[in-house]
Amino acid sequence: MTAGQPRTDLRVALFATCFNDTMWPETPKAVVRLLERLGCRVEFPAEQTCCGQMMTNTGYAGEAVPLVRHFVDVFEGYDAVVAPSGSCVGSVRDQHPMIARLAGDPGLASEVEGVRPKVYELSEFLVDVLGVTDVGAWFPHRVTYHPTCHSLRMLRVGDRPLQLLRAVEGIDLVELPGAEECCGFGGTFAMKNSDVSVAMGTDKAAHVEETGAEVLVAGDNSCLAHIGGILGRQRTGIRTMHLAEILASTKEQPTW
Amino acid sequence: MGAREEILARVRSATADVTTESRLDATSRRSEGRVPAGRRNPSEETVELFAENVADYEATVVRVPADAVAEAIVEQLRSLGRRSVVTPSGLDAGWVDALRGEFEVVAETDATSAQALDVIDAVVTAAAVGIATTGTIVLDHAPDQGRRALTLVPDTHVCVIREDQIEHDVPESVTRLHAEAAHARPLTWISGPSATSDIELQRVEGVHGPRTLVVVIAGA
Amino acid sequence: MVTPPVQQTSPTFVGMPAFPEAAQRELANTQQRQNLHRATHTIRAKRAAVVGEVADWEAIRVAGAAAKDEALHHLGDYLEQLEQSLTARGATVHWARDAAEANRIVVDVARAKGVDEVVKVKSMATQEIELNEALEAAGIHAWETDLAELIVQLFGDLPSHILVPAIHRNRTEIRDVFLREMGNVGRPAPADLTDEPARLAEAARLHLREKFLRARVAVSGANFAIADTGTLVVVESEGNGRMCLTLPETLISVVGIEKVLPTWDDLGPMLQLLPRSSTGERMNPYTTMWTGVHEGDGPQEVHVVLLDNGRSHVLADSVGRQALRCIRCSACLNVCPVYERTGGHAYGSVYPGPIGAVLNPQLRGTTSEVDASLPYASSLCGACFDACPVRINIPELLVELRGTVAEQGGHRAESAAMKAAAWVLSDPRRLAVAQRGATTAGKLIGKRTITRVPGLGAWTDARNVPTPPKETFRQWWARERDTSGGEAGPRGRADGIPKPGDGTDAGGEA
Repeated sequence: MTAGQPRTDLRVALFATCFNDTMWPETPKAVVRLLERLGCRVEFPAEQTCCGQMMTNTGYAGEAVPLVRHFVDVFEGYDAVVAPSGSCVGSVRDQHPMIARLAGDPGLASEVEGVRPKVYELSEFLVDVLGVTDVGAWFPHRVTYHPTCHSLRMLRVGDRPLQLLRAVEGIDLVELPGAEECCGFGGTFAMKNSDVSVAMGTDKAAHVEETGAEVLVAGDNSCLAHIGGILGRQRTGIRTMHLAEILASTKEQPTW
Repeated sequence: MGAREEILARVRSATADVTTESRLDATSRRSEGRVPAGRRNPSEETVELFAENVADYEATVVRVPADAVAEAIVEQLRSLGRRSVVTPSGLDAGWVDALRGEFEVVAETDATSAQALDVIDAVVTAAAVGIATTGTIVLDHAPDQGRRALTLVPDTHVCVIREDQIEHDVPESVTRLHAEAAHARPLTWISGPSATSDIELQRVEGVHGPRTLVVVIAGA
Repeated sequence: MVTPPVQQTSPTFVGMPAFPEAAQRELANTQQRQNLHRATHTIRAKRAAVVGEVADWEAIRVAGAAAKDEALHHLGDYLEQLEQSLTARGATVHWARDAAEANRIVVDVARAKGVDEVVKVKSMATQEIELNEALEAAGIHAWETDLAELIVQLFGDLPSHILVPAIHRNRTEIRDVFLREMGNVGRPAPADLTDEPARLAEAARLHLREKFLRARVAVSGANFAIADTGTLVVVESEGNGRMCLTLPETLISVVGIEKVLPTWDDLGPMLQLLPRSSTGERMNPYTTMWTGVHEGDGPQEVHVVLLDNGRSHVLADSVGRQALRCIRCSACLNVCPVYERTGGHAYGSVYPGPIGAVLNPQLRGTTSEVDASLPYASSLCGACFDACPVRINIPELLVELRGTVAEQGGHRAESAAMKAAAWVLSDPRRLAVAQRGATTAGKLIGKRTITRVPGLGAWTDARNVPTPPKETFRQWWARERDTSGGEAGPRGRADGIPKPGDGTDAGGEA
C-alpha cells in the first residue's frame, strides 16, 4: 500500500513529547519531514508540554491533573495529534480519563474523552489514518525492531511498525528474539529497581546482538535510551534509532 | 460479636457501594426450570477429538462396539500383566463375568480399606461424562464406578465410557452434571494419568493416582 | 464506614527488606536464574499454545471475571448461601477473622480427633496463615503431600512460586535432600536414588503412600466453593489431593472467603480458564468435587473454615477488589520479566510475582518496608494483565497503590521532585527554561559519551547516558518554522492557555 492522496484536509498537530523535545529533537524533526513528505500540513503547538505519565506512574497522579488539563487545552482544536511515542500516547489513552476522574472534574473528563480518540502513535497514524505502509523511505542497513510494551500491550499497534519497516527500500530487517519481552526501562522503575531493570536490559541487549543488526529501532526513545545505554556501555557498536528517523530517511536525505 | 457476624458485617460494609442487584434470586428460578440434558449421540468429530485428547495425556484409548467391551477390558488387563482387579458393585455383570475367567476379581464390598485396595493391581469402572476438548472423563461415583478410593489406590484404571456420554466442551458437561444432580455424589475429573512437573518442569507420568489409565470408548 | 482490618504479616515475613534490596540478592543466584528462566519460558509456551486453541478465550475471560465479580459484589449473601448449602449436606462451617483464629479452629478439630499428624493438600490459604507452624506448635505434624511442597518442606525452605513452589531447586539438589531428609520423617529414599525426575517422583510416591494410608485427618484448601450447591473443588495433578480428600476420616478445608462462586454453572468458564492458564494443559489430571459428607464415600466428618484475614479490607476498595478475583493460576508470574529474574522470595510473602505485588500491599497495608516497595516492583509492561484469566488489571492496581504509598509520605525528596517537575511541565515557558540546562550541557559535552553523572548512579552503574542535544525541538521549530512564537491551532484554542508573558500560573493547583 503506498500513499493515497495527501490529507491536506486534516489539521495535524505534532505532540513531540517533553522527553523527545528535550533529549531527542531528531525524532520529532523526522516526524515533521515524514508527514510533510506524505502531504500533511503539520503544526507544532508550542504551548505543549507533557502528558504527565511520570507523575501518574510514580504515584503522584494529583500532580498530573494540571498537565492533563493543559494537554486537552492545547490539542482539542486539531483533527489528529501525532506523537512519536507509544508510551506517551498510551498515557493519554489509558491514564488521562483516570486522572480526570481522580480530579473529580466532569468537565475535564468530557474534554479528555473528546481529545483522546484523536491522539495517534506514529505508526497508527500512518497505517490507519493515512492508509500508507510504503512511505518511500530508503535505509540500507541491517535493522531489528523492538516493540515497546506500551505500543504492544496498551495501544495494540500490532505489526503496523513492521509493515512500515518492511516497505523501506534497502532495509535488511531481522527478527528480534524474545521481542515482546519488556526491556526493563519502565520509567522510574529503571531507577527504583535499577538492578532488575539492568538485568532485563542486559538480556534484551544480548538478543539485539544475536541478530547481528547495526541498528535497533523502536517507537519509544525512552526504551531506546535504556537499551542503548547498555549497548553503549558494552561497546557493542550497535546504534539505536527511532522508527520515525528510519521512515524519514531517503536517498536524497539519509538519516544515517 | 462472633466471627461469623463480624465477617459478614465487614463484608457487607465493604460492598456498601455496590448498586447492582445480586443474581441470587434469578439463579434459583433458573435452576428450578432447568430441563435435564438429553442423552444424544455426539458427532464422530467430537468422539474422535475426545479419543485424541485422552491419548495426548499418554493414556491408552481403544474404541470398540458395545458388545466387544468385555473382551477389550480383558485384553487390556492381560497385555498389562495385571492379575487382580476390583470391581464396583454396580459394574456391568457381563464385564465382571468375563474378568472372572482370567483375573482374581475382588468385589468393592470385599475391599473396604485403603490397605486392602493397595494390594490390588487394577480397577474397572464405567464413567459419567466425557469431555472432548479436554480429553477428560468425569466419574460421579454411581454404583457402576464405585466409591472414590477404588479408582485411586490401585495402580491401573480401566474406564469404560459410552459415546453418548461424551460432550463437546466443558460448559455443557458442567451443565449436564448439574442437571443430573451430580453434586449429590462426589465427582472426580480425570484427564490422563496422574502427573507432576514439579522437578524442573519435566513432566513425569504417574505419582499417586493410577499410573496407567486405559479408556475404552464403547460405540453403539 | 469502618474499614475492615488488614492482615497481620505472618512471623516468617516480618522485617523483610524492600524489594530492590531483596532482588539484588536473588539476581546473584545463578542456579535460580537458570531454573527460573527455563521454567517460565517453558510454561509460557505451553500456555500460549493451549490458550491459542480456544477460539472464544476473551469471552471466557470476561465470563470468569463476571462470575467472580458477582460473588464479590454480593459476598455477604453468597457466604450465607454457601454456609447454608454446606450445613444442609452435613458439613460443619467455621468462620475465622484472622490467621490465629483459623489456626486455632484447625488445631482444635485435629486435637479432638486425637491425632498427632495430618496430611495436607497444597493450599495457599494454609501457607498464608502458617498453619503448619501452628500445628507443629500443638504437637501435630503436618505432612505436605504435593511433590514440590514436600521438597520445600524437606529443605526447610520457603515456596517461591504459587504453582511450582520448588522452581528454584534443581534435580540434584532434590535428590540430595531426599536422601538426607526423608528417613527422618518417614520412609527413607532408596539408597541408589538418581536425579532422574521419574525416580524422584517414585521415591516421593513410596514415601507418601504410607502417610496417606495411615492418616486420619487431612487439611486442604479449595479452588472454588460453590454457593448454590455447597460444593468444594480442588484442582490438582499428582493425585495427592485425591488421596487426602478421599482416604482420611476427617477433612478440614481452609477456604478464603473470596473463593466463593455463585452457581454450579460458573464452574464452566473457571475450569476452562484455570488449567490452561496455570499449567498450560487443556485440563489438569485430577479435579475433586465434594458436597459436604457423602455417605459411605470419603471423609465422614467434613469441616470448612471460611477465612477473612484481610480479604474484607481488600474488598472495601472499589478498584482494588478486583484482585480478589485471583484464582491463583500463576500465569502472571510466568510471564513477568521481573519475577523471571528475581524469583518469588524477594516479594516477602507466599504470594509472589505481579499478583503478589498488588495483593500483599492490599491485604497487609503499605506500612512495612517490603509492602511499600512492592507496587514499584514492576516495569508496568502489562504482560500480566494480558495473561490473567480473570482480567485483573494489575498495572492499573500497581499505579493506584503507588498513589497510596506516595500519599502516606516518607518519600519527601521524590514528592518534592514530582511537584517541581509538574510545575515546570505545566507551563511551556518554564519547560523551555529548564531545557536550556540540558542543551547547555549538550553543547559542553559535544560528542563525548556520558558514563557518570553525580546522583544518577542507579542509571550510570550499567548504562551510558544519552548526550543532550545542542538544541531542543521547540528551539529548532521556532528558528526554522515558526516566526509567530507558538501559534495556536487554526481554530484557536480554549481560553485557558496563557499567552506568553501574561504571567498566569496555568493549572498550578492539583
